[in-house]
Amino acid sequence: MTAKSKVVALEHVVIRFSGDSGDGMQLTGNLFSDSTAFAGNDFATFPDYPAEIRPPQGTVAGVSGFQVHFGHKPVHTTGDLCDVLVAMNPASIKANMRWLRPGTIIIFDSDSVTEKALEKAGYDDDPTVDGTLADYQVVKAPISELTKEALKDFGMDNKSMLKSKNMFALGIVMYLFNRELDTVYAYFETKFKGKDQVIKANRTVLDAGYHYADTWELFTNTYRVEAADLDKGKYRNITGNTAAAWGLMAASEKSGRPLFLGSYPITPATDILAELTKYKNLNVKAYQAEDEIAGIMSSIGAAYTGCMAVTTTSGPGLSLKSEAMGLAVMTELPLVIIDVQRGGPSTGLPTKMEQSDLMQALYGRNGDAPLVVIAARSSAGCFYTAYEAARIAMEHMTPVIMLSDGSLGNGSEVFRIPKMADLPSITPPLAKADDPNYMPYRRDEKWLRREWAIPGTPGLRHRVGGLEKENGKGNLSTNPENHQIMTELREEKINRVANDIPLQEIYGDKNADLLVVSWGGTFGTVRTAVEGLMEEGKSIAHAHFDYIMPLPRNTEEVLQGHKKIVVCEINRGQFAKYLRMNFPEYKCEQFNKVMGLPFTIGELEAKFNDLLK
Amino acid sequence: MENQNIEQEVMLTKEDFASDQVVKWCPGCGDHAILKAVQDIFPKLGKKKEDIVVVSGIGCSSRFPYYMNTYGFHSIHGRAAAAATGVKLANPNLSVWMITGDGDCTAIGGNHFIHACRRNIDINLILFNNRIYGMTKGQFSPCTFRGTKTKTSPQGTYEDPFNPGELAIGAKATFFARGVDINPKELSEIFWESYKHDGIAVTEVLQNCMIFSNGVHENITGKDVRDDMQVKCVHGQPLIFGKNRDKGIRLNGNQLEVVTIGENGITEKDILVHDKTTEDTGIHMMLAHMMPPHFPVAIGVIRDVKAPTFNDSLDQVIENEKANSKIKCMDDLLNSGSTWTID
Repeated sequence: MTAKSKVVALEHVVIRFSGDSGDGMQLTGNLFSDSTAFAGNDFATFPDYPAEIRPPQGTVAGVSGFQVHFGHKPVHTTGDLCDVLVAMNPASIKANMRWLRPGTIIIFDSDSVTEKALEKAGYDDDPTVDGTLADYQVVKAPISELTKEALKDFGMDNKSMLKSKNMFALGIVMYLFNRELDTVYAYFETKFKGKDQVIKANRTVLDAGYHYADTWELFTNTYRVEAADLDKGKYRNITGNTAAAWGLMAASEKSGRPLFLGSYPITPATDILAELTKYKNLNVKAYQAEDEIAGIMSSIGAAYTGCMAVTTTSGPGLSLKSEAMGLAVMTELPLVIIDVQRGGPSTGLPTKMEQSDLMQALYGRNGDAPLVVIAARSSAGCFYTAYEAARIAMEHMTPVIMLSDGSLGNGSEVFRIPKMADLPSITPPLAKADDPNYMPYRRDEKWLRREWAIPGTPGLRHRVGGLEKENGKGNLSTNPENHQIMTELREEKINRVANDIPLQEIYGDKNADLLVVSWGGTFGTVRTAVEGLMEEGKSIAHAHFDYIMPLPRNTEEVLQGHKKIVVCEINRGQFAKYLRMNFPEYKCEQFNKVMGLPFTIGELEAKFNDLLK
Repeated sequence: MENQNIEQEVMLTKEDFASDQVVKWCPGCGDHAILKAVQDIFPKLGKKKEDIVVVSGIGCSSRFPYYMNTYGFHSIHGRAAAAATGVKLANPNLSVWMITGDGDCTAIGGNHFIHACRRNIDINLILFNNRIYGMTKGQFSPCTFRGTKTKTSPQGTYEDPFNPGELAIGAKATFFARGVDINPKELSEIFWESYKHDGIAVTEVLQNCMIFSNGVHENITGKDVRDDMQVKCVHGQPLIFGKNRDKGIRLNGNQLEVVTIGENGITEKDILVHDKTTEDTGIHMMLAHMMPPHFPVAIGVIRDVKAPTFNDSLDQVIENEKANSKIKCMDDLLNSGSTWTID
């Protein structure tokens, strides 16, 4: 190899691989992620593909992207503006203009520029020559032709050869970041085991891309991101939806209650159902029902029958499940409901993230029907949030809604693998067989929960249902005083969960001028923006809420002592309204965005600086 | 599967299955007789009391679980089949009985009903058909005959009803039977057949609502007409009926017809012999379809065919996967696949 260009060290980098739906960008991104893991960086990834299955080729609608954010320091987000864009056709440039910053390196397949391709992308002229990309470093490479050239002795047809052009692009990026190619070779060996010719062809193209970047001195500098200072341990890469599924399975194993999932496919939650259907070996009963209502109702039936029961959905599905959630509240059965939120109302933006189901989760049922609401803060964090949802549901005999969102669900992160022995215990209040004093609505004094009496257990036969029951005995009751008592008990039972959850943390000075409040999937961007301003010496602190109903018992203390409070969320201010309702004496300003996109760090910083003036 | 579990230490009686709750159905309601028939057959199932679960939806009939001293779950309108499916999948050893009405099952719960039939989940589904919404006080249901005047059809309905039998068989139910409320002994026998059947077992009970559809089944169950308007479906027996046992159902070409034995050269040999086990739904569908005035109503077990049950199939897949997977617990799974270590 020839002498490399100057190597510049960077703290963190965002790369977006972008091409037509058939260009293999998801694989390219994943392979780069693997090498990132090997390099010891902290990282997070996000796939950004079209809602349509086979959108028109070459159009902006057909662009498929995969973003990798990696760093030497902890990475909290999947990144917003990108440092490097790999664009396999003109449409990929058009689709990603929003994510470029001045100086972004655009690695572009110059062979993709044809009159037709420009027209499909909606360009009148070649954007790489007409000045459109003047603010960026455009690196043009004839990727298609060079891929064919590299494979000319393999006896492959044109179409087959071009399928490998993503490996040429990957080779260029691997060079740019001084990466070893071993992890990619290893992938080829496993993926194409026994097909030596295919392995060789892919290696050839990857190497060709790498050497091309080197020999032709495509870049003035190359870059290196040093290994992150991660805790010792074993790691894996995990998406939010997979992490949620595994968290549920872990809770099931820990509690000894078999896992039952009743669910119905809905974007972006379907992957949790798909993931759980894989683990019949671990006794998971994942049931794809005929509709959303059957999903939750079968889960309620399974909860009654002693399973750790779950239903998973997104906003429209949560609406459909409302009545059944009320039944779970009334029958006081453990049930986990995971809502992977998307843009609404109605069908809305199925593939885009939003946090606008909060009020629905809190109040979207008939009657006074309180339940526990908690939210996941990161993709890997979905494991622990799902585990915690299941723990609270079973130990407090209540439905629990876990809010996730499309970005968390589809995004992936580095996940430090826990040991089952280290996870908190889960002990549901099971009724004892043949207890002569058993009554369906007998409650313990501390938590006010009723016992779980499971069909098949001798001596505990009883009836429950949606009608109001007499406290204690559990017979049908329309007695006015009893309804008052039961309604208050159901409320107090949920309130007391506050005694079983951690206190709210405040990051930074507890008397900082500006308190930034957030919840759910915005954690990473908000925390990064707050950290940035802290480093500049600004008086700013951050409180990120994982527990929403009930709120942590020190919430008021957290809100005290600041000149300003700003609540940041991807909706029109639902958590801000909730805080104002609970703590009317504190003035909560809002920062909201509803574009189906996460916050960017830049816009948060601008807002915080404005408030600090 | 459930039949194998016959190890009753103490002989149970009907009283063992009556709860301490006051039965609040109207006096004379057909529901009382159905309750009696169920309480009558439960001690004979050979199932422990704690291994029976009664699940219901909403409506008069759905109060049923409260009157049974078993595990019981009174769910929400239309959703009993979905809840019962969850109960059965959670613990296939349980004998699951689902109680529903014509409104609960074929209107708001129609989707769950057809899919429970299609999947062949092993539950016993008893559909109380009084062709009216009783609990909400007299609105027409999907089983109300065209032209019936009700609270919400003051000029008479202008839509045609479902026939639950056709709906169930059309949705691939492996068992369909029909009984009448005034014959609890016959109902008990049907429920026994339902219990013995592996898979979904749908029994439609023609049930009289004294208040809102009184007499709706009178042309079938009335003392004067019942022998001529009901034909008992007994497996392997010719479909003969009538006060004088001289009428029969004959298959003429591709249609059923009522014939009189001894007239026009018709003998018993011409009468269709009932075969509840034939997989083809054709004749079962035609039998379920029969209605007065031109036909008697088919009573008894019309269809009872074998097919893999959903719950057994799921359990089989689970057993296979358990046997063939190297991953035995969560620690195995968490550490499987692509991982890396930082020292």
